[in-house]
Amino acid sequence: MLHIKNGRVIDPASRTDAALDVLLDGDRITQVGPAAEVALSLAARPAGSLEFIDATGLIVAPGFIDLHCHLREPGDESSETIATGTAAAARGGFTAVCPMPNTKPVNDNASVTRAILERAQAAGSVRVWPIGAASAGSKGEALAEIAAMREAGIVAVSDDGRPIATARLLRHVMDYCRSLDLTVIDHCEDASLVAGAVMREGRQSVRLGLQSMPAAAESIAVARDIQVAELTGCRLHVAHLSTRASLELVRAARQRGLPVTCEVTPHHFTLTDEDVGYDTRFKMNPPLGSREDREALLAGLADGTVDAIATDHAPHEPALKDVEFDRAPFGVTGFETALSLALELVHRNALKLPRLVELFTTGPARVLGIPRTIAAGEPADLTLFSVDHTWTFRAAESASRSRNTPFDGRSFRGAPMVTIVGGRVVFRR
Amino acid sequence: MPQRFRHMLGIEPLSAEQIAFLLDQSKSFQDIQRHPLKKLATLRGKTVALAFFEPSTRTRISFATAAARLGADTMNLQAEVSSLRKGESLLDTVRTLDAMKPDCIVMRHSASGAPEFVAGRLEISMINAGDGTHEHPTQALLDALTIRDRKSALMGLNVTILGDILHSRVARSNLHLLGKFGCRFTLCGPAMWLPRELECLGYPVRRVARAEEALEGADVIIVLRVQQERLHEPALPLEEYILLYQLTPKRLGLARPDALVLHPGPMIRGLEIDPAVADGPQSCVLEQVTNGLAVRMALLFLLIGAASADSEDAADAAH
Repeated sequence: MLHIKNGRVIDPASRTDAALDVLLDGDRITQVGPAAEVALSLAARPAGSLEFIDATGLIVAPGFIDLHCHLREPGDESSETIATGTAAAARGGFTAVCPMPNTKPVNDNASVTRAILERAQAAGSVRVWPIGAASAGSKGEALAEIAAMREAGIVAVSDDGRPIATARLLRHVMDYCRSLDLTVIDHCEDASLVAGAVMREGRQSVRLGLQSMPAAAESIAVARDIQVAELTGCRLHVAHLSTRASLELVRAARQRGLPVTCEVTPHHFTLTDEDVGYDTRFKMNPPLGSREDREALLAGLADGTVDAIATDHAPHEPALKDVEFDRAPFGVTGFETALSLALELVHRNALKLPRLVELFTTGPARVLGIPRTIAAGEPADLTLFSVDHTWTFRAAESASRSRNTPFDGRSFRGAPMVTIVGGRVVFRR
Repeated sequence: MPQRFRHMLGIEPLSAEQIAFLLDQSKSFQDIQRHPLKKLATLRGKTVALAFFEPSTRTRISFATAAARLGADTMNLQAEVSSLRKGESLLDTVRTLDAMKPDCIVMRHSASGAPEFVAGRLEISMINAGDGTHEHPTQALLDALTIRDRKSALMGLNVTILGDILHSRVARSNLHLLGKFGCRFTLCGPAMWLPRELECLGYPVRRVARAEEALEGADVIIVLRVQQERLHEPALPLEEYILLYQLTPKRLGLARPDALVLHPGPMIRGLEIDPAVADGPQSCVLEQVTNGLAVRMALLFLLIGAASADSEDAADAAH
């Protein structure tokens, strides 16, 4: 048994924010209560192995879920493996991560899904909840083997890396996924406006002479997707939403009662296109937006329009990123800095702490249609973090195989301290 | 004030003082171009590597000639014969070049920021000979030298730039250079090549769609080449461009009578410019080419010449 003592439990699902102890037995939570109550029931139990974690000064939260990441295995193991990626996720406080299907081969059938889950099992770190492709090979033509992948363990579908190609395909995927009770996650972009672009259109792109995409490249696709969600009644989740206009569309759709959710990445709520130079660590898709976009995202995080913070952890081995800006692949790593970047918002009063916890826990769980709470009988997945621990992130010391982060050398206040998955401590700072 | 330069990556980071110094230095190299014996020994024993990853004739020959007239040797790398075709990365290609120990690398590349990227990873001096749609600093310097010769000062001139501003590295470098000397700009061209953000670069810029309006009162007209080879999808019919933006004698008549016409070349007569204008008395096109040598000689001298280059040395070297 594992006894987590003296922590401050924040559990958005039960609206709890109190000094409580948590008792874990095997892979389940067995008790949540005031220290005296937990001590009493411990005293009444027969002697056995009992370990404890002193969580004094720490927040005890439900296990963090990352809805959006790339673990690169199978196919690009020199950039990341399931073992290194999940180790980095554990260091970031995540207890479950959802890898996108754009591996080689694409996760578009049950055998790939099973292989990913077997590797994850062997790695023995955080849980891996794969996202299956919407179309075969994510090519935007025929449907993937969605039902078989669901049986094998996917938690949602997406053609991430690219948008679901046509409104017609999206309609079919959504009709089908509604019947399977699966959320469709879309990487929203209008391909014709994005072609050739390497950053967001604005003063900085004109200054740098880099080919750019307008913000509308995203919101045009978001508008399409919302209308198809309305047509089919399927749950739509907008991946890495990055513009003010997209957020307004999601907000309006929600007000009309449509099942539309969205996620925002730490880099989009922290940086803007003004931070982009020719340093390829600032190149990702969607690209960094304007200051106005970032302000809108911060408002959406605070007011509940945004459901989840997702990392879009996208590792690329150094050689791939050490090239001209035009030639570099899109993507930044993100597991190990996500919580600390979100805590920066708490420290400058842009976000309340319980809301932050929600964005990493019940928010993403709701997107997937699963529960997430700290209560007896629930899986023993917990994230313990400090709001005040000061530290400096060094990409060279990351557990990831890749180093492509714009936050190398950044000093933080607040950090993940202990990550518990199925009752086992998989990371301890 | 003498100035030290390690690289020449763009005009944007330079101060007006640094630019004025470069132009003054270039003046002393102008005379050499008219001298019967044009070769100096100033850079004897030095090697200039020319790394052109994008086709270029004029700029490459200009740099090669500038190096030759200073007594330097050149190493030539051209995209057609380079290992880039075989999949080698830019950094590896340039590292190989660097291992042959040149004293500086003159680089042209189709990717914006490529010279800055390489300069950040090697010890060697780097000269940007044009990067993508970012900057072409020596072009702006030679344009400024040409304008200064004819107008005696840059301060406060009305400069009209005509053509595809968005995709022009020449336009960007000229905006930064002439903008630092208080010039006022009128940018004119097809609206899709004239983004609003050009007004946010920190210089007095007005965007005008009609050439007639843009040319009125201009002291200097920079005509850009119509770049048919890249970035222009969907294309604009050339007839449309000629109809609205070709610099004709009639349109030129709207500018100040002493207005200068500059063109970075290569120039396509009958497309962006009427032959009568290209060959007319207001055209500076050939002076620009000659001044290109002076500017590039001055730059090479300052970057890899005497370790403690100051204006005295440069003047001595030039005479």
